[in-house]
Amino acid sequence: MTTFLELLVNGISVGAVYALIALGFVVIFKATEVVNFTHASLLLAGGFLVAKLHPALGFWLALAAGVAGAALVGALIEFLIIRRARVGSHGVLAIVTIGVDILLTTELTREIGTDVLALGDPWRDQVLHLGPIMIAETRVVALGVAAALITAFLLAFKFTGWGVAMRATAEDAETAALMGVRLGRVSLSAWAVAGALAAIAALFLCVFPTPGLDRSTTAAAMKAFPAAILGGLDSTTGALAGGLIVGVTEALMSGYQSQLAFLGRGIGDAAPFLVMIAILLFRPAGIFGTKELARV
Amino acid sequence: MAGEAGLEITDLAVHYGPVRALRGVRVTVPRGAVVAVLGANGAGKTTLLRAVSGTLRFHRGGVTSGTVSFGGSRLNGSPAAAVARGVVQVPEGRRVFARMTVAENLRAGALGVRDRTKVAEARDRVHSLFPILAERPHQRAGLLSGGEQQMLSIARALMANPSMLLLDEPTLGLAPMMAARIAATIREINEQGTSVLLVEQNAAMALGLASHAYVLEVGEVALSGPAAELAASDEVRRRYLGVGTPETDRPVGIGADAPPEATPRPVRTLPRWTA
Repeated sequence: MTTFLELLVNGISVGAVYALIALGFVVIFKATEVVNFTHASLLLAGGFLVAKLHPALGFWLALAAGVAGAALVGALIEFLIIRRARVGSHGVLAIVTIGVDILLTTELTREIGTDVLALGDPWRDQVLHLGPIMIAETRVVALGVAAALITAFLLAFKFTGWGVAMRATAEDAETAALMGVRLGRVSLSAWAVAGALAAIAALFLCVFPTPGLDRSTTAAAMKAFPAAILGGLDSTTGALAGGLIVGVTEALMSGYQSQLAFLGRGIGDAAPFLVMIAILLFRPAGIFGTKELARV
Repeated sequence: MAGEAGLEITDLAVHYGPVRALRGVRVTVPRGAVVAVLGANGAGKTTLLRAVSGTLRFHRGGVTSGTVSFGGSRLNGSPAAAVARGVVQVPEGRRVFARMTVAENLRAGALGVRDRTKVAEARDRVHSLFPILAERPHQRAGLLSGGEQQMLSIARALMANPSMLLLDEPTLGLAPMMAARIAATIREINEQGTSVLLVEQNAAMALGLASHAYVLEVGEVALSGPAAELAASDEVRRRYLGVGTPETDRPVGIGADAPPEATPRPVRTLPRWTA
């Protein structure tokens, strides 16, 4: 039972971090209808900046720089490439983002080399004892930060002018433009926000118990894709639910791997994708995704 | 604040890629007036509004010559700039944000307005024009009836405090009673000081509201003049009002689709198909 609880709490906290990544993914999709495959490299860029800057600036300043840097990279991708790509189909733009991702990731992994970079976080390897359950402090912080950020975003979507503009654009860009919404700004802000969220997610993906930032960090980021898709690509609530489902599934499958030996080793890594496929079979738009509904 | 001049469209040509949609179109909407643009499907009515509101690029179109100016200075083809200048379009087919509530739709309409007092005033005006929207602020717009959605669509545009409202077929697909109600509301909006450029296929309704009207045919202005004159013209009556000859004269009421005459003239047919 203790093991189960530990796995569950760990799964939820990692899931919350996946949810952060998935949220960025969803924000871009809502604002521009582009499936953004550069997300993993945005995350790597944010983490890389924190890792490189923390010895000189200290952790908090480096984190701020990493978040700002990743937001800037996101905004630049939008401004220099997505906005100017005169292609009709969003599918083509998605492939363009794959190209950008390959470029960025190649450059960053070249910079990182074979190193495992520490991010200089203040929580180190401290462990919290909650009764019989032991959990890394980083996981608790991750859960708290992710929950706070996701709540803030859900509220912003609902209540701020930015959120209303974003949702209006997501639903009908031309009509939103007729209301005076500047679509370029909406799109730019979405990419910047996604970059910032990716940088924060990078921090929590690279701290204890993970050894640090290395070239495989992008693989961890990829798990947010099934999270976003199974939740529903255009749903912020779906990103949260998807992140948690992926996190918990992965933690439980990895934790009980010995009992699941017949499935082979490494089932934990594959589990999120299996869950995604299973859910999409029954709900093709994801759990919270919008089914095409229109009154005519 | 714009000057005394209203909307001036001069020698406008619009292309969608190689396809010409408008040529040499001149339309003037004086300040405070209601001007109607009539025409069959594909005549270029919606294209004309898109050219004014700056949304041609969403349809891969562009102005190839001519100008659109409002208040004496040119509109540069950006929708946000047009809204900022007070030129706001109500799109065809209502296009409310179906997943958002009524209140959120109204808020979206005011996104281009910075001044909060103005937004509050606009909301009061809209609520008094359309009390039903005030009663259901939390209802999802997609669940409103067609007529209510049209009201919301007009209300949303009014939230931007337009001095020029562009209406694209506001009575399309509505029951005659609801169409008459929308027409009455358009008149009221105009009486409150907003100029209106009304694109309609319901010519009876449009000519009843407008002081001046234009008839578009295949992208060009075929006829124009005071609405009353056009309503009396044989050509317009035959083509758009469903009335054959001046002898079978009948009053043209708002929203009242004139029934076919007792002894109809031979219907014009497409020669290519009947040859």
